[in-house]
Amino acid sequence: MDGRSETAERTGAGLPQTWTARNAGMPLDLDWVRSVQANRSAIERRCATLPGRRSVKKAHQAAWLCKAISLIDLTTLSGDDTEGRVARLCAKARRPVRADLLEALGMEGLTVGAVCVYHEMVAPAVAALKGSGLPVAAVSTGFPAGLSPFRLRVAEIGESVAAGAQEIDIVISRRHVLTGDWEALYDEMAQFRAACGAAHVKAILATGELGSLRNVARASLVCMMAGADFIKTSTGKESVNATLPVGLTMMRAIRDYHARTGAKVGFKPAGGISTAKDALTWLALVKEELGRDWLDPALFRFGASSLLGDIERQLEHHVTGAYSAGWRHALA
Amino acid sequence: MQLREIFETMEWGPAPESAGEALDWIAGHGGRFGHFVGGRFAEPGETFETKNPATGEVLAEVTQASAAEVHAAVAAARAAQPGWAALSGHGRARHLYALARGVQRQARLFAVLESLDTGKPIRESRDIDVPLVARHFSYHAGMAQLMASEMPGRVALGVCGQIVPWNFPLLMLAWKIAPALAAGNTVVLKPAEWTPLTALRFAELCRQVGLPEGVVNIVTGDGAVGEAIVTHAGVDKIAFTGSTEVGRLIRRATAGTGKALTLELGGKSPYIVFDDADLDSAVEGLVDAIWFNAGQVCCAGSRLLVQEGVAELFHAKLRARMDRLRVGDPLDKAVDVGAVVDPEHRARVARMVAAEQEGEVWHAACAIPEAGAYYPPTLITGLSPASPLVQEEIFGPVLVSGTFRTPEEAVQLANDTRYGLAASVWSENLNLALGVAPRLEAGVIWVNGTNMFDAAAGFGGLRESGFGREGGWEGMLAYTRPSGEAAPLAHVAPMTGEGSEQGLDRTAKLYIGGRQARPDGGYARDVFGADGRLLAQVPVANRKDVRNAVEAARKAGLWAQATAYNRAQVIYYMAENLSARAAEFADRLDAMTGSGEGAAEVEASVARLFHWAAWADKWEGRIKPVPLRGTALAMRAPVGVIGVLCPDESPLLGLVTCLGAAMAMGNRVVAVASEPYPLAATDFYQVLETSDVPAGVANVLTGAHAELAPVLAAHMDVEAVWSFSSSDVSGAIERESAGNLKRTWVNHGRARDWAGAEGESVAFLEAATEVKTVWVPWGE
Repeated sequence: MDGRSETAERTGAGLPQTWTARNAGMPLDLDWVRSVQANRSAIERRCATLPGRRSVKKAHQAAWLCKAISLIDLTTLSGDDTEGRVARLCAKARRPVRADLLEALGMEGLTVGAVCVYHEMVAPAVAALKGSGLPVAAVSTGFPAGLSPFRLRVAEIGESVAAGAQEIDIVISRRHVLTGDWEALYDEMAQFRAACGAAHVKAILATGELGSLRNVARASLVCMMAGADFIKTSTGKESVNATLPVGLTMMRAIRDYHARTGAKVGFKPAGGISTAKDALTWLALVKEELGRDWLDPALFRFGASSLLGDIERQLEHHVTGAYSAGWRHALA
Repeated sequence: MQLREIFETMEWGPAPESAGEALDWIAGHGGRFGHFVGGRFAEPGETFETKNPATGEVLAEVTQASAAEVHAAVAAARAAQPGWAALSGHGRARHLYALARGVQRQARLFAVLESLDTGKPIRESRDIDVPLVARHFSYHAGMAQLMASEMPGRVALGVCGQIVPWNFPLLMLAWKIAPALAAGNTVVLKPAEWTPLTALRFAELCRQVGLPEGVVNIVTGDGAVGEAIVTHAGVDKIAFTGSTEVGRLIRRATAGTGKALTLELGGKSPYIVFDDADLDSAVEGLVDAIWFNAGQVCCAGSRLLVQEGVAELFHAKLRARMDRLRVGDPLDKAVDVGAVVDPEHRARVARMVAAEQEGEVWHAACAIPEAGAYYPPTLITGLSPASPLVQEEIFGPVLVSGTFRTPEEAVQLANDTRYGLAASVWSENLNLALGVAPRLEAGVIWVNGTNMFDAAAGFGGLRESGFGREGGWEGMLAYTRPSGEAAPLAHVAPMTGEGSEQGLDRTAKLYIGGRQARPDGGYARDVFGADGRLLAQVPVANRKDVRNAVEAARKAGLWAQATAYNRAQVIYYMAENLSARAAEFADRLDAMTGSGEGAAEVEASVARLFHWAAWADKWEGRIKPVPLRGTALAMRAPVGVIGVLCPDESPLLGLVTCLGAAMAMGNRVVAVASEPYPLAATDFYQVLETSDVPAGVANVLTGAHAELAPVLAAHMDVEAVWSFSSSDVSGAIERESAGNLKRTWVNHGRARDWAGAEGESVAFLEAATEVKTVWVPWGE
C-alpha cells in the first residue's frame, strides 16, 4: 500500500508529512480507552528479545543508519541556547554527515528530519534553515512541566507558529492521566491541536511520570482521539525517558488507532537514545510493530542530540573499514 | 543492492552466522563419529548420515550402535558408578560446574552445531537452548553440593539409560545428564537419530574437563538402539523424552523389571486468552508458544482458546503478526522460524493438515524458501473439539484455535485432552488468572507468558504427557531412591478351614460411592480365621465393581477443593471413630491373622490417621527463585483418583496408611482390601460412614488382587495405581498403566515396614501429589 496516494490534508510546502493524511481525531471513546491493557512483563520480554531477533548488517546497516539520520529531530533545549548555538545546530541539520562519506555511500543530500528548539530560538532556527526545506519544531505549552496558566500555554503555541514553527511539541498535563480524567486530557489536547492550525502537533506524554504502561497506552489513545499528529515519549527532562517498553506500548496504541480509524499517527521517542545500536533497535521495533510506512519522517522521529555523532562514526567505519573517532566529524 | 535503494525499501537484508567453526569441528573428526564410551571415542562402525534440514546437505556420518556396543556402554557406566557416587558431593559439584563453564566457553560452537543439525534458528539455540544448558549444569552442581545434607537417606539409582529427542538435542541432554550426575548416577545417553552432533560435542567436552571415564557414555543410532538401552538388564532407570507412542512402548517394555522410569511426552497445550488480556502481548506470546522451534516443542501452546467477544479482533491481530514472521535460513540471525527437523517430518505435518476438511486453514503470507524442509506458520480456525487437529499433537508450526464463553468453559475445553503438559493463561485480572491456573490439568502453567523455563522449576506433565519432573528438588527425586535394600515380601495366603460363622450374621459388602453395595458378580468367598473357623463371606468384586467405584470416585471431585483443614478434620474424625471401636477391630484382626497384635495395629492405625491428618495442611509447595520479576509457584495438587492394592500383611494399618495419605492430599481412592484378611476393610467402611467422609472419596473393594489390579491399571479414568500386594501384580500394573500412562507406585515384591518409619514416609505424600508449577510474572 502506498500511503502517498491517500487523500491528504495538505499542510503546506516544506513539511515532510505532506503525503499522509493528518489525523482528524475522533470523539472521545471512553469504553475503548478503559479497555486498553498493557502487561508490563510481557512487553518487557518482547523488548528484551527483539535485539536478538533482528539485526541488520553491512550495507543494510549503513542504509538503516542513514534512515535514522533522516528521522532525527536534532535538538537543543538548554537554558544557555543562543542564536549562534542554534545556527550551528541548523548547519549540522543541513549537512549531518561529512560530504565525502555521503558520496561514498551514495547518499548525497541526506539531512536530518527537523530541528527542535524552545520558542525563543524558533526565529533564528527558521532563518538558519531557510531554503533547506527542513521544518523547525518548537517545544511548547510550558515545556517541560506544562504547569503554567492554560491560556498562556495555548498562546505560546500561537506565538511559535507565528514565528515560523511548523511542528509544535506540546506537553500534556500528567495529572489528568494520573487521576484518570480522560475528558480533561482530551479537551486539553484538542485545544492545543486547534491552536496549532496547520502546524503539526506532537503530544509529549512524559511517560516517565505516568506511573504505568497502561496509563501510557490510555494516554496515547486519548491524545490520538483528540487529534495529535504524533505522540512522543518524553521531554528528555524526566528521569526516565524513551525506553523500549514505553515505545512498544505507544506503537501498539498507534497500530490499534490506525486499524480502527485508518489514520496514521506518528511516533517520536525522545531522550536517552544515543547510540547507533539503539537507533537500529528502535527502527527494527517500528518496522516489526508498525511496518515500513512508519520508517519515514512523516511518521517517525528520534528526539536526540548526541545520537548523530555515534552514527557518523559507524558510517565512516562502514566506508573505510576502520573504526572512527569523534573529532573526525563536525560538531553540531 | 545500492545503499540508497535499501534506504527506500528498508529491507532487513541477510545477517548470516558463520557455520565455519562448526564444520571445521566435524571435519576434525573426519566427518565420522563413533560412540563415546568409557571416556573415549570408539572407531566409527556401521554409520548413517545426519543432515542439515535447511539444505539437505550431509553434515556427518554417525555410528549405528549394535547391541554389543550398548552393552559396552552400560558396562562402562556400571564400572564407573560406585566411584562416581562415592566421590563427595563437592567433588561431583566441581565436575558439573566444569561442564557448565565448558558449555559457556564453547557456547557459539554448540549453538551453531545445534542449528545446523536441527534447523532451528540460531537466535533460539544461541539465546535460549545453550544458556539453559549451562544454567542446568550450574544449578545441578549446586544439587550435588547439597545432596548429602539436604536429601538425607537418599542415594543414586545406579546406571541411567537416557533417550532424548531431536527438538532440543543439547538442552534435553542437559536436563537428563545434569540431575543424574548430581545424584551420583552414571549414564548411557542416546541422542535422536536426526540430531546427534551436539551430544557428540558434549562427549568431547566431558573428556576435556576431565570427567571420570565412564560417567557419561553416548551411543548413537535409531530406535533399535533406544530399545537396546531400555531392555538392558544392567540399567536401573530409564528417562525418556519423546513421543507418547514410544513412551507407551517403553512403559510396557520396562514393566515388572523394577527399573525406575520417567517419561516426558507429548502435549497439546492450551493457550487461553480472556477478553481482559493485553491482546497484543498475548499475540506476541503465541509467537513464542507455537512458532518457537517451528512448533516442534512438546509444551508448545498449540491449542488457542479465545474468549468469544474478542476472538475476531484477536485473530485479526494474530494474522497480521504472522505475516511479519521471517521464515528462512536457520543461520540467519534475523529469522524467526527455521526449517523443521527433516523432510519426512515436514511431510507428516503437511499430511495431518491436509487430512482435515473442517476449519479454515490460513498460512502466513511470509516468504518461504523453496528448498529445504520448511513449513509455513499456520493458523486453523473453526475446528470443533472433535477434530483430530485439535486432539492430536501436530508438532509443527500449526496453531488451532477455538473459542469459549466463560472461565468455566475455558477450563473444560482446556482440560478436554489426553495430554497435560503445559498451559498458558492470559488475563489482566489476578482473580481470574490465578483462579483458572491451578484448575488446568497440566504440569506447568504460565500466567501471561509462555515457554518459560528454568532449572529451579520442575517441568513435566500429567496424563499422557508422562510422569516425573525435571528440574528443581522434585527432579532430583527422580534420580534417587531411599538407601538400603528392602526385604523380599512373601506371599500371604488366606487362612483355610471350615466350619460356620458364630454370632449374628453380618454381611460384608463393597463400599462404593458412600453406600454399601453388593458385588456385581453376586459371588462371595469364605474368609477363615487363623483358627480355621469361618469368619465371614466377602464379596468378590469384578471389573464392573471397579468401574462403579471409579465412577463414584470421579464424581467426588469436590474433595480436591475442600480446604486442607477440612480434610484434616475428616481424617481426625476417622481416627476418633476407629479409636472408639478399637477393641472390636483388634479382635477382628486377631481372629483373621492369629498374630495377637491386633490391638497394637489398631493403635498404630489411629496414630497413622493422626499422622496424615497432621500432614494435610503442612505438605507445602515451594516458591522457586526463577529469573523473573515474579515467581514460579510449585503447588502440590492431588493426583486425582488413585487405585490402591492394599498390603496383605497389614490389613488395617496398610489400608489406613494408603487411604489417609491419599485423602489428606485431596485424592479419591478405590482401595482393594488385603486379599487374605479383607474384613478389617469391610469393617472400616463403617468408620468411613460415620466420619463425614463425602460419598465416593473412599471406596473399598474386596476380591482377588491378580484380577482387579490389571483392571484398575488399565482404567483410563484412574490417575494412579499403588500396589503393596503380596501377589505378583507389579508387572501387570506397570504394563496395563501404559494405556493412559498413569503414574504407578508398586512394590516389585519388596516388603515395607508399615508400623515403622516407612509407613509414614513422605514418599506417600509425593505419590499422592503432582507438582504443578505456575509461573506468575508481575509488575505494573
